[in-house]
Amino acid sequence: MSKKKNGPAWLMVLPLYLFTLVFVLGPLVYMVVLSLLRRAEVWGVTNQFTLENYKNILAPVYLKTFVESFRLAVISTGIIALIGYPFGYFMAKLQGRWKQGVMMALMIPFWTSSLIRLYGWIIVLRSGGVLDQLLMGLGLTNGPLRMLYTYPAVVIGMVYALVPFMILAVYSSAEKMDWGLVEAARDLGASAPKAFLTITFPLTLPGLLSGVILTFIPSMGLFFIADILGGNKVVLVGSVIQDQLTQARNWPFAAALSVVLMILTSAMIWLYRKVAHVKELEGLL
Amino acid sequence: MNNKSRFPRFYLVFLLAVMYLPILLVVIYSFNGGRLSSVWEGFSLRWYGTLFRDAAIFEALGNSLLLAILSCLSAAVIGTLGAVGMQRIRSRTAGPIEYLSTLPIMIPEIILGMVFMAFFSLLGLPFGMTTLVIGHTAFCIPYVFMLVKARLVGMDPALAEAARDLGAGEVQVFLHITLPLITPAILSGMLLSFAMSMDDVIISIFVTGVSINTLPIKIYSQIKFGVTPEINALCTLMLAATILLVCLSQWLGRLHPKGE
Repeated sequence: MSKKKNGPAWLMVLPLYLFTLVFVLGPLVYMVVLSLLRRAEVWGVTNQFTLENYKNILAPVYLKTFVESFRLAVISTGIIALIGYPFGYFMAKLQGRWKQGVMMALMIPFWTSSLIRLYGWIIVLRSGGVLDQLLMGLGLTNGPLRMLYTYPAVVIGMVYALVPFMILAVYSSAEKMDWGLVEAARDLGASAPKAFLTITFPLTLPGLLSGVILTFIPSMGLFFIADILGGNKVVLVGSVIQDQLTQARNWPFAAALSVVLMILTSAMIWLYRKVAHVKELEGLL
Repeated sequence: MNNKSRFPRFYLVFLLAVMYLPILLVVIYSFNGGRLSSVWEGFSLRWYGTLFRDAAIFEALGNSLLLAILSCLSAAVIGTLGAVGMQRIRSRTAGPIEYLSTLPIMIPEIILGMVFMAFFSLLGLPFGMTTLVIGHTAFCIPYVFMLVKARLVGMDPALAEAARDLGAGEVQVFLHITLPLITPAILSGMLLSFAMSMDDVIISIFVTGVSINTLPIKIYSQIKFGVTPEINALCTLMLAATILLVCLSQWLGRLHPKGE
């Protein structure tokens, strides 16, 4: 293996190396540096080292935001798993035209702009909107529910925006599964629930866990869902970061918040790799 | 027994119906004559007329299309060359670089938006199309890279070796052997990149500056500050474009059944 032989290969990876080092690693390193600097009096940063930004996160207001974000993410991810797991599982068991049809039907909302889909929920949830009219028409409620700009509205938005990721992740691991194993267990006398719990569930667990990560991580940062469906009642970590960047102009603090969020994210991905024994997230593509 | 086998299909259809409900409502209300989206006042194409006279929307659409095309093309070049080259260099740096280059789709978008905003102002880059393209390219590369890499893993290395033994140079091997085999993966990656770029709100908001609007940002601000029924019409048209894209990708997939 002479160096000359590998020359063209090095030339090929050069753009990727350069881009990644300059525009991925560079900004991330700068984020960490920024988070350790003191904010200037009016605008920008000084070059004084400080841990103050991290200390500020522990202030009750911001700590509460982290806890709230985390709670919202846990609730949304839980509901997504409950809805999405059976969907992905049933879809993998379908055959022929049904499978193609469901896949196609799922891809269209998946590829549709998330804003359009959220906007549709405004029409459904707004006071006197489709949901209210339906419920009042059925005589289930007397007055409008005023669901829009509430906590449940944000949960609905999150679940709706992210459930396809869970479905595809579960589908991709259920699709790869050897269904002969389930049949064998059934032939040997295992009941259907038992066969599911001892064989199907463990084998589709990587998909489920991958789905959890793919939905949990974004749900901490999708501030525009909280914005559109929650009014300003639901504040996520993402909302605070955006606010600190654009309104308060406290960049070091926004950077510190991002570092903490980044650490949480990396820890989750690391844990997933430990538990699922795989490198790539299931069903990411 | 019959009941049991029907439940999965019922569940799938029911959930899909719920997924489509909000989308369908947007389409239906785009043909509503009235100003309020909550009251039906008869069929009309009025809002499509308003939409087509709105120059700002078309400018935003133009920006978004240009941005999506530029970023999916640069991602295709950087990602494809990177994935093919990475397989051959066997360097210890490959692992970390691969990890870093796929980070943009692993971490919350808000972090990416935040770091880009800070980093670009550090570099003194003026915010606008350049910063948008860099930002979008960063999250498009992983799609192309990962799809091409997966395709390469499934490829028979003997093909390239045979060509080399017969005297083909690296460039010839790449152009005549590797490239045709990975083209479906590149196209899928580009399509995905294009869709993600057209849909992005969060990163764009941070790197767009004041002079340029992309379509999602325009829609976002319209939805946030007072809804105009015009948005229904716009969303319906975008939906039609999406369905066309999905059909195109299905067709691409059928063309090369071994592709992604």
